[in-house]
Amino acid sequence: MALADTPETHTDGARAARPVAAERRWWQLSGIPPVYFIVGAVLVFMPVVASGFVLSQLLAWSFILGMIALSLMFLAGYGNMVSLAQMTIAGVAAYMVAILGTSAVDTISLGWPWWVAVPVAVLIATLFGTLTGALAVRTEGIYTIMITLAIGAAMFYLVRQNYSLFNGFSGINQVNAPVFWGINWRAPLPFYYLCLACAAAAYGVVIYVKRSPFGLALQGVRDNPRRMAALGFNVTAHRIAAYALASAIAGVAGVLLVWLNGQVSPGTIAVNQAIDILIIAVVGGLAHPIGPFLGALLYVVLRTFALDVLVSLGLAGERFQLLIGLGFLLVVFFSSDGILGIWRRIRERQKRDPLTGHSTSGQSGTGDTDG
Amino acid sequence: MAETVASRLSATGTANALELRGVSRLFGALAALTDITMTVRPGERRAVLGSNGAGKTTLFNCITGDFAPSGGTIRLFGEDVTSFPPYERIRRGLRRTYQISLLFTGLSVLDNVYLACRGVSRGRFSLIRPRKGDPLLQSANDLVDAVHLSHVRHQEVANLAYGQQRQLEIALALAGAPRFVLFDEPAAGLSPTERRELIAILTGLPEHIGFMIIEHDMDVALRVAERVTMMHNGRIFKEGLPHEIEDDPEVQELYLGGGHGGH
Repeated sequence: MALADTPETHTDGARAARPVAAERRWWQLSGIPPVYFIVGAVLVFMPVVASGFVLSQLLAWSFILGMIALSLMFLAGYGNMVSLAQMTIAGVAAYMVAILGTSAVDTISLGWPWWVAVPVAVLIATLFGTLTGALAVRTEGIYTIMITLAIGAAMFYLVRQNYSLFNGFSGINQVNAPVFWGINWRAPLPFYYLCLACAAAAYGVVIYVKRSPFGLALQGVRDNPRRMAALGFNVTAHRIAAYALASAIAGVAGVLLVWLNGQVSPGTIAVNQAIDILIIAVVGGLAHPIGPFLGALLYVVLRTFALDVLVSLGLAGERFQLLIGLGFLLVVFFSSDGILGIWRRIRERQKRDPLTGHSTSGQSGTGDTDG
Repeated sequence: MAETVASRLSATGTANALELRGVSRLFGALAALTDITMTVRPGERRAVLGSNGAGKTTLFNCITGDFAPSGGTIRLFGEDVTSFPPYERIRRGLRRTYQISLLFTGLSVLDNVYLACRGVSRGRFSLIRPRKGDPLLQSANDLVDAVHLSHVRHQEVANLAYGQQRQLEIALALAGAPRFVLFDEPAAGLSPTERRELIAILTGLPEHIGFMIIEHDMDVALRVAERVTMMHNGRIFKEGLPHEIEDDPEVQELYLGGGHGGH
């Protein structure tokens, strides 16, 4: 209706003249941005330069925490559901691997082979997460946070007080990654690649699902649940399904977590751990699946080196939590959308025309190739 | 009138598009709707008129299931849907637009329409992305063209102009195979040109699609509707053909303030 005079038509004209596929460069043929190949290559060849400590204690840990935070980002970023139970769901998978597989606690562990124990553990974690979701989706906003936090806290006290199944306070130790295909997956190098592969897969799934009918519907539910119902969608079912998918991701991460630590205890799923996952996701940024991984890397680096930095400055080492807090405060202070937001702002500033101050390219996120 | 409807029913063998029996809705002590009984034939175009607070939008909300009625039954194409959630009613061919656009502002125009098409088809939970030749994507694209939004197809809805959002609102209601559409003040806030185009869109709808339209602009309402229902204080006040309603002295007194001389 009489819109020809709006400025959008000009951008649109340029977009219509977008070069056809034949004019694309070779690296654009797959439709995957070049930055993916660069980051992928760096991560794949990382073991050439990095030590075993860096591989397992920094990077593998970052991938694992990143996956758990990714499951939260999926719920919060696409579904507007902030769940504090994601660490608990990962913990359920970790406990199930310990209980179903082998560990030092013979009286509890069933000794199933890993290829049975792991899928069953992930399945149980997914079911647990789906049930949590079914309870949580009846509420919104702060109440979702409270319900999921309550479930997490209840689970924490259950595993701490129950000795017959969860071995109580001391938890279950010597839960090791298996040896198969002639590889000891416990060693830093194979374990690094295992975590990298799982994290990349989880990331890919989230990126892919975002544009699938289910992902679009989830974002529709986030933007406007009432309208979604008026379009024929069962909003509650969609929200619960989102929890199921997020729980599967968190469950896989939980299996890797128990293998990384070699043990699982109530401390793994304590409330402060659940809050750390929220901090990681928020600091990284909830707008894009890469955010949780950036947040996790920052968290792990701070966790690992804050103590050394303080000691080298002649300060008391036990104040390392303070340094971590300050680091996060700085990120959130400068950008409400975490590290991702800072990155985006820098890029937008570069694109801006120095004379007019207007953006020189069209809408962000269209990936236009017009000049 | 009930007899003509009944005879028509037995002649064609099809149920009424919409049948309300004694529908009421209370908000606390306030009766927003009282004993609404009305019948709309398939393919009929009905205007609902009435001053602010007459209960028009509440009526729509009860029909779609956004609110449960406090009493009475609602039948949609012969089926009692009174206890159905909104999405079940939508899947049976009911559609609606909202007075204040309820759109997915974070998504593109095409994604909005695609969602609307997906909502009334299978595969709502599909994790597989639509391919280029996906028939639903095709019909979404056609619908975007039909409401003249082709040039902003890939734009985020938050960036659209008001008039464009109203057009998109209509596109969402026409997705899939609608049989009966509720339009809640589609012309509000539109310019005269946009208004004319809206009338063209409404009168150009396929004959089998009936609709009910809330409209303050008598001009629009009387031009697109075959029958008119006047509401007042949550009750049906008058029902009849457009010219009957227009010429009714009581209606003129109440709704047009006696000063009606626009034509």
